[in-house]
Amino acid sequence: MSLWVDKYRPTNLSKLDYHKTQAAYLKNLVQQGDFPHLLFYGPSGAGKKTRIMALLRELYGSGVERLRMEHMNFQTPSNKKIEIMTVSSNYHIEVNPSDAGIYDRIVIMDLIKGAAQTHQLDASGQRDFKVILLTEVDRLTKDAQHALRRTMEKYVQTCRLILCANSTSQVIPAIRSRCLGVRVPAPTHAEIIAVLQNVCKKEGVPLPDELADRIAVKCNRNLRRAILMCEACKVQQFPLTKEQEIAEPDWQVYLRDTASLVLQEQTPKKLLEVRTRLYELIVHGIPTDIIFKGLLKELIKNCDLQLKTAVIELAATHEHRLHRGSKVIFYLESFIAKFMALYLQFMEDTIGGMF
Amino acid sequence: MEKFIQVIRDKVKVFSQLTASAVRPDGRPCPPYKIVILDEADSMTHAAQAALRRTMEKESRSTRFCLICNYVSCIIDPLTSRCSKFRFKPLGEGMMHSRLELICREENVKCEQAALKCLVETSGGDLRRAITCLQSCARLKGSEGITEQDVFEVTGVIPNHWIVGLLKICQQSDFQKLEAYVEELMCEAYSASRVLEQLHEIVIKSTDLSDHHKSVICEKIALCSYRLQDGASEFLELLDLCSTIMKSNLKI
Repeated sequence: MSLWVDKYRPTNLSKLDYHKTQAAYLKNLVQQGDFPHLLFYGPSGAGKKTRIMALLRELYGSGVERLRMEHMNFQTPSNKKIEIMTVSSNYHIEVNPSDAGIYDRIVIMDLIKGAAQTHQLDASGQRDFKVILLTEVDRLTKDAQHALRRTMEKYVQTCRLILCANSTSQVIPAIRSRCLGVRVPAPTHAEIIAVLQNVCKKEGVPLPDELADRIAVKCNRNLRRAILMCEACKVQQFPLTKEQEIAEPDWQVYLRDTASLVLQEQTPKKLLEVRTRLYELIVHGIPTDIIFKGLLKELIKNCDLQLKTAVIELAATHEHRLHRGSKVIFYLESFIAKFMALYLQFMEDTIGGMF
Repeated sequence: MEKFIQVIRDKVKVFSQLTASAVRPDGRPCPPYKIVILDEADSMTHAAQAALRRTMEKESRSTRFCLICNYVSCIIDPLTSRCSKFRFKPLGEGMMHSRLELICREENVKCEQAALKCLVETSGGDLRRAITCLQSCARLKGSEGITEQDVFEVTGVIPNHWIVGLLKICQQSDFQKLEAYVEELMCEAYSASRVLEQLHEIVIKSTDLSDHHKSVICEKIALCSYRLQDGASEFLELLDLCSTIMKSNLKI
């Protein structure tokens, strides 16, 4: 049994649930049998990948859905071996080069060279180019992005790149200007509800309107999360009721608890306790910007405006430093410590003012 | 980066030491020197530029150098003083407009006048970018005409009402609203660096903000833009910027 998210993923450009005009344009684009390099960007769970796969299907037919996994090996100049997982069909190859960490440049160069130098054997009835799909381009190092730009120009004859990123701010302008940007906004509240109702109808599960509404609010306009939540609800309790509790991702709860710990008591002892929790979050692979965002949102809830701006500035500064440095825990902890000091001061001032 | 200096020392030096013939293969006369073209010379390191300086002087009998760069300030003084300079200004709007019109005519692309104007404005004097945008729009739309909206979508320009709305919300002191607004802006997948650019333009031209106020906002924009370049989180930076604007609004 597959998850609902995968089961009801539209595979055809004309069957997409929202952004229909965009889908029509994309169809236009591939109808001419050729397209420029593309850069899809949008928040997670907005349907970038769905659109890309539908586009490829439109281009190559159902052959793109026969996927196989492969491990590819690369060697760095310092003789270190890196292994990268790729997912490929006969027509395209999908890689997440940022898996290779700082060696992503080598992966990009070798991979594209390898894929682009082999021409399609039987050009009749097929396109004479391959598609390379790179995900999380915004996580690439600047070095790799520059390498990408060169290879993009060089092998435009034999391959097209489809890049997929969460935001374009981290993509260098040189790449942005070489690609046709396709913005995929997150689905609106109403669109999420419509999709949820649709999925549940196909599953034969009656979904109360109130529950759908609450899921749509909880999911932060992330459709994938919405469908997952909905399925989790069904597993928890069937048939679905309107007052039913919606299971949140546990890291979100954990993060919130951490924040409330900080608010409870501002002492070095608490800081130590918070540190273990932060470590826990980091080892579970929660991205640091999400940790910062989650903490910040909780922490500023009962501050006044003056303190709010100070704390936000603190968070922004520390988050930035984290990108320049290498050890994330330092910056997280320093942020918490600074916040504690500020908050304590603030509390003392307000209480002092009362007497 | 070490490569640059190596290239200058080995390749360029050896090449420029060779003399060229003053006659072409077909027997006609031609200038007796070779030309070395260094593209994007401003990305060369200073050390590499310094290495070039000697070669340039010594081999001037046999070789001429042609440097192409975006910023003349990135070329060290000794080099600029050895060259005669030609400045290329950004293309005028009228020039770009007529060029784009010509392309539309030749390629049979229907394009609204407003869209053309918008293309010229968003490209900031960069004709290549304008033409690529035009082509992308034409490809997306197929046989339909290109409207202003399409140009916005392809170039990633944020509709003005978003930016104006952001400023308006900063004027109220409702933090919750601000947070929700920034969140929504991020969900629409607009890039934060673009927001900063457009915000900057509006702030500079605005007549209701005082000079002091403008300077505070612009300084923060600069800081946020720098941090974004380093890969900082878009949400945090935007929120930081907006809360600063809000705070400075309250003070006045």
